[in-house]
Amino acid sequence: MEGLAIKTLKKQWQYHLMLLPGVILVFIFSYIPLYGLIIAFEKYNPGLGFSSKWVGLENFKYIFSQPYFTRTIWNTFYIAIFKIIGGIAVPVIFALLLNELRNQKTKRTFQTLVYLPNFLSWVIMAGVFLDILGSDGIVNTALDFLGFQTVSFLGSVDVFPWTMIISDIWKGFGFGTVVYLAALTGIDPGLYEAAMVDGAKRWKQTIYITLPLLMPTIILMGVLALGNVMNAGFDQIYNLYSPSVYESGDIIDTYVYRLGIKQAQYSVGTAVGMFKSAISCVMVGLSYVLADKAAGYRIF
Amino acid sequence: MQIYNSVPRKVFLIMNYMILIVTSLICVLPFVNLLAISFSSSSAVSAGIVGFWPVDFTLRSYQFALENGKFFRALLVSFERVALGVSLNLVLMVLTAYPLSKPSSELKGRNIYMTFFVITMLINGGMIPTYLVVTKCGLINHIWALILPGALPVYNMVILMNFIRGLPGEIEEAAKIDGASPFRALLKVLLPLLKPALATVGLFCIVGHWNDWFSGMIYINEPTKYPLQTYLQSLLQSFEQLMQKSGTDYTKLLSMMNARTGRAAQLFLGAIPVMVVYPFLQKYFTTGLVLGSVKG
Repeated sequence: MEGLAIKTLKKQWQYHLMLLPGVILVFIFSYIPLYGLIIAFEKYNPGLGFSSKWVGLENFKYIFSQPYFTRTIWNTFYIAIFKIIGGIAVPVIFALLLNELRNQKTKRTFQTLVYLPNFLSWVIMAGVFLDILGSDGIVNTALDFLGFQTVSFLGSVDVFPWTMIISDIWKGFGFGTVVYLAALTGIDPGLYEAAMVDGAKRWKQTIYITLPLLMPTIILMGVLALGNVMNAGFDQIYNLYSPSVYESGDIIDTYVYRLGIKQAQYSVGTAVGMFKSAISCVMVGLSYVLADKAAGYRIF
Repeated sequence: MQIYNSVPRKVFLIMNYMILIVTSLICVLPFVNLLAISFSSSSAVSAGIVGFWPVDFTLRSYQFALENGKFFRALLVSFERVALGVSLNLVLMVLTAYPLSKPSSELKGRNIYMTFFVITMLINGGMIPTYLVVTKCGLINHIWALILPGALPVYNMVILMNFIRGLPGEIEEAAKIDGASPFRALLKVLLPLLKPALATVGLFCIVGHWNDWFSGMIYINEPTKYPLQTYLQSLLQSFEQLMQKSGTDYTKLLSMMNARTGRAAQLFLGAIPVMVVYPFLQKYFTTGLVLGSVKG
């Protein structure tokens, strides 16, 4: 009996040893920065590090006094909300249309074509967009050729947010399509056969069978996306914006980067970032409650 | 099945094919345009006559990109980063996922460990505190700054853990009864069974490391140590600056146009590795969906 206990101890000791490297790295690069959030309430001094002089809510007062700040929050919400809506609607419609095809090979080919941009980095994609959307890019050349007015997609304050929204949906909808298509193949064909016996046409079948059965997946994706409502897409916007469109295109993350890293205002930048995280947390919580109330869908 | 042959149905199918084809073309044509530009002469590009087929076909941009020391150096940095980073990711994921796949009865404090890791998926310190920690660790301008902060991808580790739990436990038990230690059981028995799951998470780690440009931008100050995506990002910026300054200055305009074909070539080269692993990504992606849950 005692020998067994020692054996177990020996076994467990090895498990703890396996976990050690991961625990140390996560502690250093996740938990210490988490503690580092404290500098949002301090006046950061590089010599003192995270134990700089405590200033309470001064940094927060400062950021709220900046007219720039509210504009940034508005831009973030605006761009993120439309990205979420379009990022759900487009792949759902595309998956439904694709699902009508009988030939699996054709289906797969379409899927392959639209899914590729998802895996390319925003640097590459930004390069592509800078090229095709520029004043002498192919889109404006085509518009000009067809007799339309050319559009300054990346330089106009009014157009810029929509360029971001549409190009983001463009890049990402292949992912959603794959997810929804997987959900669609899971629907019992017997349901459609029963509906056909009852005389329901394809359109009615879509409304009364396909969509309701797709709803849990749509809600799940929507809830997961709502957690991102404060992430309007740093990688994309940073690589495509310019000072001339800050008015409509500057988002919280780009603002934090310029303020915190570029201008080395670490405390103020962290305060902005923290404000963002707080709203995100509330939104995530809210969306979980909403999903549960609206559709009886529990994620946890 | 008369419904499927009715006239409205046929009309619908034709419309459907048209929508699907147009949407797919919209996804593909920008890349075709980029490719055409990279193979065209700068004068043709500046004349705005390059569509989806190269005009004055030339390989000069590619020659320029490959002879350009900066591109090549950045490529090597990226290869080094992917090799080191993904190996470390895989080792740490296996080492963490295996003990965590055990129930609390076999690993004391299992749930504490689990909470410790999962919390980091929900909240984090954000850009600036992380930057300050990496700076304090003396990692600035070092390739490890690109690798260590994300060395244990927690989400993928959880997927792996669930996969291990789904494996039949008898083989491992048999090995343990024969006196194998946990390390031995992991190496000799479990690792071979883990191959398909490791291929899946490994591919996503490769793409993640390859595509990341941001850590290179904030943690590396010397352009000679940039990974490829960060180098490409710096190209985009200099291009924009060039565009704003150029005005009517002819030589500047010309160099900008050279920059445009050269940039297209380098962007395309930078995308090739992802395109190469793309078929595998697509194949394993559904496995990933089955292994874990959906990541938004």
